[in-house]
Amino acid sequence: MAEIAAEASAPRPLQDAVIGPRRPPLLAVGPVAWAKTNLFSSWLSTAVTLALGYLIIRWAMGFIDWAFVNAIWSVPVTNGQAQTQACRALNGTGACWAVVTEKHRFMLFGTYPYEEHWRPALCVLLFIGLYIVSAMRRFWRKELALIWIGTLALIGLLMWGGVFGLSYVPQERWGGLVITLILSTFGIALAFPLSILVALGRRSRLPAIKTLCILYVELIRGVPLISLLFMASVMFPLFLPEGINIDKLLRAQVAIILFAAAYLAEVVRGGLQALPRGQYEAADALGLGFWQKTGFIILPQALRLVIPPLVNTFIGMFKDTSLVLIIGIFDLLTAGKTAIVEPAWQGFGIEIYVTIGLIYFIFCFAMSRYSQGLEAELNQHRVR
Amino acid sequence: MSATMEPAAHVSSAVRTDAPPAILLDKVNKWYGALHVLRDINLSVAQGERVVVCGPSGSGKSTMIRCINRLEQHQEGRIIVDNIELSDDLRSLDAIRREVGMVFQSFNLFPHLTILENCTLAPIWVRRMPKKEAEALAMDYLTRVKIPEQANKYPGQLSGGQQQRVAIARALCMKPKIMLFDEPTSALDPEMIKEVLDTMVMLADTGMTMICVTHEMGFARQVADRVVFMDRGEIVESGVPEQLFNDPKTERLKTFLSQILRGH
Amino acid sequence: MSDTAADPRLLRAPPKKGIRLSWADEKLRGIVWQVLVVGVVVSILWWLVSNTSHNLEVRRIATGWGFLSREAGLPIGEHVIDYNPTNTYARALLVGVLNTLKVAVIGILLATVFGTLIGIARLSKNWLLSRIAATYIEVIRDLPLLLQLLFWYAILQGLPAPRQSLNPVTGVFLSNRGLKLPWIQWQDAHSFALLGLVAGIVATIFYARAARAKQMADGQPRKVWPLALGLILGLPLLIWAGLGAPFAGDIPALRGFNFQGGLTITPEYFALLLGLVMYTAAFIAEIVRAGIQSVARGQWEAAEALGLQRGRIMRLIVLPQALRVIIPPMTSQYLNLTKNSSLAVAIGYQDIVSISNTTLNQTGQAIEGIAIIMAVYLSISLSISLFMNWYNARIALVER
Repeated sequence: MAEIAAEASAPRPLQDAVIGPRRPPLLAVGPVAWAKTNLFSSWLSTAVTLALGYLIIRWAMGFIDWAFVNAIWSVPVTNGQAQTQACRALNGTGACWAVVTEKHRFMLFGTYPYEEHWRPALCVLLFIGLYIVSAMRRFWRKELALIWIGTLALIGLLMWGGVFGLSYVPQERWGGLVITLILSTFGIALAFPLSILVALGRRSRLPAIKTLCILYVELIRGVPLISLLFMASVMFPLFLPEGINIDKLLRAQVAIILFAAAYLAEVVRGGLQALPRGQYEAADALGLGFWQKTGFIILPQALRLVIPPLVNTFIGMFKDTSLVLIIGIFDLLTAGKTAIVEPAWQGFGIEIYVTIGLIYFIFCFAMSRYSQGLEAELNQHRVR
Repeated sequence: MSATMEPAAHVSSAVRTDAPPAILLDKVNKWYGALHVLRDINLSVAQGERVVVCGPSGSGKSTMIRCINRLEQHQEGRIIVDNIELSDDLRSLDAIRREVGMVFQSFNLFPHLTILENCTLAPIWVRRMPKKEAEALAMDYLTRVKIPEQANKYPGQLSGGQQQRVAIARALCMKPKIMLFDEPTSALDPEMIKEVLDTMVMLADTGMTMICVTHEMGFARQVADRVVFMDRGEIVESGVPEQLFNDPKTERLKTFLSQILRGH
Repeated sequence: MSDTAADPRLLRAPPKKGIRLSWADEKLRGIVWQVLVVGVVVSILWWLVSNTSHNLEVRRIATGWGFLSREAGLPIGEHVIDYNPTNTYARALLVGVLNTLKVAVIGILLATVFGTLIGIARLSKNWLLSRIAATYIEVIRDLPLLLQLLFWYAILQGLPAPRQSLNPVTGVFLSNRGLKLPWIQWQDAHSFALLGLVAGIVATIFYARAARAKQMADGQPRKVWPLALGLILGLPLLIWAGLGAPFAGDIPALRGFNFQGGLTITPEYFALLLGLVMYTAAFIAEIVRAGIQSVARGQWEAAEALGLQRGRIMRLIVLPQALRVIIPPMTSQYLNLTKNSSLAVAIGYQDIVSISNTTLNQTGQAIEGIAIIMAVYLSISLSISLFMNWYNARIALVER
């Protein structure tokens, strides 16, 4: 026995003298090691790194040349006519940001009276503030619904005016970014409650209600949003009694709400299904009625479970509001497209689309990062 | 350099000390980033020897045996398995993995294949065995682990203990010379631990070379030729089970043993 | 063995519950709720329908499907089947459906291939490749598809006129009239060669099966690829050569202000396909990544410990498991691509939406026009769903 105890791998330092951990060999940590394992681990990996590196640098240099070095930022305007010869002379080697400089007000606010632009600008800020407040967990309380109602009412007041010394601006003159925000925010605000009802209906034990909800969700999800928008623009007027007419924006808004609710309902249903049966049974055992059970126990938990996919659906809806371009509603994208209809600016679509893309990207990227962070956080809680 | 084991007085009859060692770890070091997880590990396992590795969680036990079939790569030192040195050479890797079977804590059965398919997959594709022959072999081993009647079920339909026994049979179907067990009973309910341990005892009785990471002290006493205690990435103490458990030399082992005993 | 007739549990049936006329009765409550909801929905629908029929009468809008057999008089630039403006609306709409299918089917194929590649690149151990794939996915998903379509279309329109067209490879011209590719003058020999290709693929599948069966019998793996190469490439070539190897190129050439000959991909179709494929590929890449990652690490390790090679592990262990995770979300991406192809109307590609829209503007029959659009998409959606459900059930069978 003694021999084994004295065997080589046996403890040499019997008295627990811990040998301090050595540092790994030089090539195991540090930036060199990082590059070796992540960029040059094999000849194939090295080749990929070099080829991609070359392409990226070339592309980035080309882009910088186009977007900054050779770009033109403004052009002279004579008699209200922009002189775009300098831009045309570039022949595509540089960006003509002058079109954005010239048309940015139009893209953001459409044909809203020029001296009143502060009103839609304030609305945009209010919208952004509303998003930020909604994203903060501290505000995930019932009061949030009140904040939404209040802010949206205030926005409506600012846009229309007609009271408090604000001049009245008819809806036909609204346009640009603020329309995009209105369509998506009001769309989400109204589609969300509807979607909860539909999701509950789809899980109902009452066959008629269940069938109705399934029909609604599957029909809407089976057709493209465009067909609903067309329906809103050409068929809605036929649906209503003679003489009553609602404006185009509202009709498009209704179509977007109906569309979004079907998709959101499926997400909410996912949350309802993911909730363990025990929660339903515990609520029943406590003697809660259907609406109490749903409101106090089920929904608060189910909605929390599906916040990340909900945010992803919101991103989708935000992007999809751009489709109103096809029925001629004046949102951000339509404003951009209209800006280059003017002969002087024809052919500078790329600059306009890059700018609009940047605006959409900022909103969507913020939302998607938020959703990813939240997902990681929620998963952490679930692991514990 | 005295890494090779001296002829031991207390060894079971199956241990062949005259032959070259089945597994030799020589000054093996490994880091995760800057964390030194294996520190100068020296270990030699003779053919037919049964070694139990124990130690607190995070001590590097699993990492060590995962280095032996190169699921993890060591950065310094040498590992020689069945006279083949582990290197970046893929051929040596293939050769070693044929000779070394492994059983995991979480079974890792393939959920989309039946029990029989799980067992015949590697013999067919790696050993190039005809399907009939592979199935006969698999049924033989499934009979030995006492679950031949489950052959056409899927892993999800079996209990944890049954799944782990299938995992053992699956590894045995490759006719390995060496078996590695990575905490095979840790994920099991108490009443299932015994059926798996019985299977492992039965396997030990056949003279298989085994390294087993486990906290089952009863098992260690019953079958181990040697127990190795690891802590913080190094081998602190090793010896025959009786001596190690009854007369620990280091504080660390004493602490560990008292915690284990309290836990039981 | 048990005698079911004597099973005491079957002797007594449960009592039938009647309905009590009380608000406390669950069944009655359910019926009242349903009647209420259905009643409200039906009355709203009835109100809408009656308004509509009244409005149609007042505005003297014709209804019915008679217009389908009238002459359409609408020009369509791209058509898979013969078409001219003197054809009927029905045929114009059929052309529209085929145009939608043309972009949807090819788009689904390309997006699957491209998206899978990006998804795999996302998982690459090469940091640069993985970052580029991640950036691509993030950027593309954060921009509206319509914007992307307009962007690509603007780029294609910004290309030089045919006379100054880009000519990267001989016979390939890229101009604001679209992409011109060389093609061959199709002859019977080519059709036979194509048949040979199909036969070669079928034969290869059978050969691979036979080889697998033989391996199962004697354990020896057989190389399939040499014969597969011969069957798939050699056979069509042999047929073509045997029929005299006819070859007459149809190479686009500039005549006057435009090109003659060759294969044309119009800027509208090109921009739509490019936009749809790039957009959908970003979503597919995420699905593929999640699918592969869903297979636990332990599965890789167990297979490695058994000595299986990487390729085999992928094919025998990882893919069968990943596919089960991938297929349901992939189905909804295919449906999305098909529905998104309706954005064609914004850049002037004449798909079913565009043609229905023109039809309803010309005839004034809005309800019929929109009904056609919805019916077409619903049937496409339903077919894809049914096919994918069938496929999903088939591979799910492997599991249990």
